[in-house]
Amino acid sequence: ASTSGAEHASARARGAAVERDEPPAIGIRCVAYNNQSNRLAVSRTDGTVEIYNLSANYFQEKFFPGHESRATEALCWAKGQRLFSGGLNGEIIEYDLQALNIKYAMDAFGGPIWSMAVSPCGSQLLVGCEDGSVKLFQITPDKIQFERNFDRQKSRILSLSWHPSGTHIAAGSIDYISVFDVKSGSAVHKMLVDRQYMGVSKRKCIIWGVAFLSDGTVISVDSAGKVQFWDSATGTLVKNHLIANADVQSIAVSDQEDSFVVGTAEGTVFHFQLVSVTSNSSEKQWVRTKPFQHHTHDVRAVAHSPTALISGGTDTHLVIRPLMEKVEVKNYDAALRKITFPHRRLISCSKKRHLLLFQFAHHLELWRLGSTVATGKNGDTLPLSKDADHLLHLKTKGPENIICSCISPCGSWIAYSTTSRFFLYRLNYEHDNISLQRVSKMPAFLRSALQILFSEDSTKLFVASNQGSLHIIRLLEGSFKHLHTFQPQSGTVESMCLLAVSPDGNWLAASGTSAGVHVYNIKHLKLHCTVPAYNFPVTALAIAPSTNNLVIAHSDQQVFEYSIPDKQYTEWSRTIQKQGFHYLWLQRDTPITHISFHPKRPMHILLHDAYMFCIIDKSLPLPNDKTLLYNPLPPTNESDVIRRRTAHAFKISKIYKPLLFMDLLDERTLVAVERPLDDIIAQLPPPIKKKKFGT
Amino acid sequence: MAALEEEFTLSTVPLGAGPNGLLGVEQSDKTDQFLVTHGGRTVILYKVSDQKPLGSWSVKQGQIITCPAVCNFQTGEFIVVHDNKVLRIWNTENVNLDKVFKATLSAEIYRIHSIQGTEPLVLFKEGAVRGLEALLAEPQQKIETVVSDDEVIKWTKVFMVFRHPVLIFITEKHGNHFAYIQTFSSRTLSKYTLFHGQEEKSVIQNFTASVDRKFISLMSLSSDGCVYETLIPIHPRDPDENQRVVRSLLLKTVVAGNAPSGVALTVLDQDHVAVLGPPLPASKECLSIWNTKFQTLQTSRELPQGTSGQLWYFGENLFMLHGKFLTVIPYKCEVSSLAGALGKLKHSQDPGTHTVPHFVNWETSRGYGFGSQNSEQSKRILRRRKIEVNVPPPAFEQLLSTIKKDSEKDIEVELCKFLAVKRTPDFHAIVGDIVLELLGRHTTEPSFYPRNSLMQLIQTHVLSYSLCPGLMEAALEKTDVQMLQLCLQQFPDIPESITCACLKIFLSISDDSLQETEINMESVSDCSDPVQEKMDEQTEILQNGFNADEQNCDSCDRKLNQKPQDAAEETTSCPVVPKRAALLRNAILHSAYSEMFLLPHLKDIPAQHVTLFLQYLYFLYLKCSENATMTLPGLHPPTLNQIMDWICLLLDANFTVVVMIPEAKRLLLSLYKFVKSQICICSELNKIEVSFRELQKLNQEKNNRELYSIEVLELF
Repeated sequence: ASTSGAEHASARARGAAVERDEPPAIGIRCVAYNNQSNRLAVSRTDGTVEIYNLSANYFQEKFFPGHESRATEALCWAKGQRLFSGGLNGEIIEYDLQALNIKYAMDAFGGPIWSMAVSPCGSQLLVGCEDGSVKLFQITPDKIQFERNFDRQKSRILSLSWHPSGTHIAAGSIDYISVFDVKSGSAVHKMLVDRQYMGVSKRKCIIWGVAFLSDGTVISVDSAGKVQFWDSATGTLVKNHLIANADVQSIAVSDQEDSFVVGTAEGTVFHFQLVSVTSNSSEKQWVRTKPFQHHTHDVRAVAHSPTALISGGTDTHLVIRPLMEKVEVKNYDAALRKITFPHRRLISCSKKRHLLLFQFAHHLELWRLGSTVATGKNGDTLPLSKDADHLLHLKTKGPENIICSCISPCGSWIAYSTTSRFFLYRLNYEHDNISLQRVSKMPAFLRSALQILFSEDSTKLFVASNQGSLHIIRLLEGSFKHLHTFQPQSGTVESMCLLAVSPDGNWLAASGTSAGVHVYNIKHLKLHCTVPAYNFPVTALAIAPSTNNLVIAHSDQQVFEYSIPDKQYTEWSRTIQKQGFHYLWLQRDTPITHISFHPKRPMHILLHDAYMFCIIDKSLPLPNDKTLLYNPLPPTNESDVIRRRTAHAFKISKIYKPLLFMDLLDERTLVAVERPLDDIIAQLPPPIKKKKFGT
Repeated sequence: MAALEEEFTLSTVPLGAGPNGLLGVEQSDKTDQFLVTHGGRTVILYKVSDQKPLGSWSVKQGQIITCPAVCNFQTGEFIVVHDNKVLRIWNTENVNLDKVFKATLSAEIYRIHSIQGTEPLVLFKEGAVRGLEALLAEPQQKIETVVSDDEVIKWTKVFMVFRHPVLIFITEKHGNHFAYIQTFSSRTLSKYTLFHGQEEKSVIQNFTASVDRKFISLMSLSSDGCVYETLIPIHPRDPDENQRVVRSLLLKTVVAGNAPSGVALTVLDQDHVAVLGPPLPASKECLSIWNTKFQTLQTSRELPQGTSGQLWYFGENLFMLHGKFLTVIPYKCEVSSLAGALGKLKHSQDPGTHTVPHFVNWETSRGYGFGSQNSEQSKRILRRRKIEVNVPPPAFEQLLSTIKKDSEKDIEVELCKFLAVKRTPDFHAIVGDIVLELLGRHTTEPSFYPRNSLMQLIQTHVLSYSLCPGLMEAALEKTDVQMLQLCLQQFPDIPESITCACLKIFLSISDDSLQETEINMESVSDCSDPVQEKMDEQTEILQNGFNADEQNCDSCDRKLNQKPQDAAEETTSCPVVPKRAALLRNAILHSAYSEMFLLPHLKDIPAQHVTLFLQYLYFLYLKCSENATMTLPGLHPPTLNQIMDWICLLLDANFTVVVMIPEAKRLLLSLYKFVKSQICICSELNKIEVSFRELQKLNQEKNNRELYSIEVLELF
């Protein structure tokens, strides 16, 4: 035992997620940027669509679960911030960004959809299909309506782009680019692309992307590594840039048409800018200005926001690279962002039985933590007397991805939900055997849950469904009873994404993506109060034992403490708001995803993001900008005076990273789940090999 | 470039000038929050970016605030004085000033100073200074009198110098001004008489001061509209003696002489001052930013509703009274860049405001100050170009007309005068035009070749190839090697054809004619000594890394070794005379080029010249490989990459020719051997890379903790 401070044995489940039939890492397929709302839609190869709010510190505020048959190949925003996607199952899908479900799916009847483009005015949708057809849809207020086909082409349409005036479109196919007149629907020009690649004739040249500029220039990127500029009026090649030895897979042009970005299969992103030929002439030309190598694998998708280049690809990272010349204030927003991990919690734990439940796209894994009888000093790794057990591998039925899952604190219940079904299981433990029993006949209203939570005594189940309602279910031995449903506030349909229940079981806090946090009294089954709405979305919620203080973390890294009984912010919260958080705390770039409390130390709040965990000790003075925030443990040989003087409320440790989950199992045990990046990289297909030495 | 941003009004309450107007604006301990003291009874705390008041406090009816409220940066409290003697200290949580801490002092206070890093300092009307803490400990302590009778404090300011406060105050007695410097590190008070210099009749209207390590630079705005600077040492040599300091002219006529009222002056930074007042006698009042270093007007803003002659500057904001409202104009001074300067010229003409049209002629204004220079200012003069003061700057047109008809000597003289004048933003364009004019005369009258003038113009460092397209052609025609070298070093944008033409001349010019020219020999001499004869050893060492039993390589070696001794010397001593080496090395190798455009021109070079150049390049390479860092000695040596690129280019362009020349055979063989060894190294490195990767993997496995582990972690 040590002389000062508490000693925690920490169980570290390191990459417990990596198991035998691990699905491949889920790469990014498309990105679409919406200028009005400053939001970014990202679709992944498994059909998941994520919405990032770039104004809210790049927080992933919404997501739509994937579906095995719905590989998304195209994603675009239409007028009124409506989001559409098209995929290999041939369906056009519109997403409901309020209720977080799919509004409708509509077959385009052209085979797999490879490309999509919304007209400049935002009211027409164009899809390019496998059979070579380009189909025009009218976007009506609540649906889309097929209008007509353009001239059928020989092979699949892989890329589409509208002329900003809306009169013409460019369509990239295999070996050629067509220019269509929108009015007549006929092809005006057909521009053949050279198959030659560095002198060698490749089999085919795939036009991965096209961009139509207002001066009539069409920019194309293709599988031979070329970026080409075409004159659409004459159908001739104007300029050719050979930029890669592999495919150039994506292109995005800025709104001002003075710069564009392309992504290659070598993981490089090139920035092109329209630059004056000489300093004072009006003649301008496109120049390749900056290469960026933030990816190891194919850059499948790029987007160009007014101030940043956004890229994503097979290596699963979403990279946001601000353009320094466009950033007005050189503050932390000007820094490069790399988003790798989801901004939500995928792991839950049963404190009583020392179980961890891992949520994957199509299955759940239940692990029992190992144990040790040895003791040691700080930093030691103890020999295991019992290794961690993989107890359960629960596969979902059907093609849908799991949205959320939870294990009850007692370990006897597991619940999870997909888009269309809700599952509840009862677990029975007999010595080393474990049996699983599905609770049948779930009520119809429990169809799709966005968040599931068990009460501390495991007698109640709280389910946040879409459309904003909250269901409370009493769990009995092997059965259940519906207790109550909190309907959403009149007029709002916003879904609740985060739930927290107080350990005494009296209070339930729920938060959506933008409105404030609602606190319900479970005893009297009524709304108790609403925490005032804050500009930034909530990333984590928790209610402290005994005091019933609600701790709320926001995406701008602010942390609030709100006393539920007093219906007001606590004194500590006011103090820290008055003084402000340390600037380094505010500059962290991953959100806090979990908050927990120590049962015996009411002044402690434990929270973590992907790269650190922090214990906030409310009894200590707050750090100001001059103090060192990351204050590693002072050496024990220092006197107590120095230790006390350098101590402040934020005790931060970066020992475990990337950190997916961390919680206190009991007073002396902390469990941390890491997801080493190397494991993710190991699952990726090998990148295009580049020689480092020689010729 | 200094710029004023859009102004905005802070207070919505109209203020009057005079006693009921604005008493002062002071910083508070939070950025962006300022204490505004209205003459009379009110103190308001504003958040400037929000343009809204955060708090307001008033003294009782019958009391009157006599000194602007300040913030104690050490405690965050506010301090105000009312009725000259009564101190009030409060913080934002207090509502009523009557109920806050009160201390009545024994003497009348002139001003309280508060700056970051020290306790507030209280300056009494009699000139004594006290720290606030000491004063509060014993409020009724006796305050000594420092200034004499009839002497009135006019202005005061406090600075931090080496973490100690230094207080300056200016007094006036019968039209004479005195400066007192109170230092707190050494507790000394020194007194200076401000000597007015030549302009006795003018009355000082406003003061401001800035500080550097040793001097306080006190600037004063006089009633003749000029700004004068006085340098006062912080640590006087003899503190007891009454010293005189002389003031000197800094800016001439920044405001109209004898302006009725409303003139003020404040220092913004090292080189900029803000001046409030009418620029011309009849014009409206203006806020202008002047650069004291170049004595130019940077920007100005008209204040049509008049102002009160009060100006404060805190943290990028200028505060002043405009009409009856407190107005804030954010001020920014960014580092000026050429691009910024060019762009600024276009849009500085905002509608609604107009810049003041007159610029100070810096020559004449300089003339005034000469009589009363002190050391600091004379240094400043030295930094400028040494020119006769009375010569008016020759106009550009005049120079052009001189070029058209006069002799080379005359042109040189005129040019000297022209270049001595301050550079305008379009200086490079003007210089380009002059060069073109000179070249124009050269083409019409071939005997006219104003070499000295051209050299002088090139050395202005502003020319580029595209600004004077004919210059290098003319020099090529005249085989003016020196000028070509200068051009190659100075111009960033020489076409490859010209570079190649220069190369041809440098290679073909005879050694005799080279001897006659003056060439910049920068650091070439130390490189022309022969390379030590250790080449053979080196190749042996290189070979240890790979298979040494390759037949080809050995055979070349043997051939090389069989060469007679004199041949070996030939390759290792510099193959060209130092002057030619300087031309090639300092000019050609450094020039920018694009391979595609250079190659066709390189083909035109005669074979023996190519060989010579190759030999020289090879010699440079050997020089490079002499030391571990693979660099050449000297100031700006060409890099190894540049040398290698040129070797490759020359070989690419002329290989078929060079391979036929017997003299080049030995050189080619050495190059061949060199390339061969490089390839071997690369393949070895590739092998090593694989081994390293294996090692890395092993290392990772070792570091990789188990899938599941239990660790002991001591948490705070």
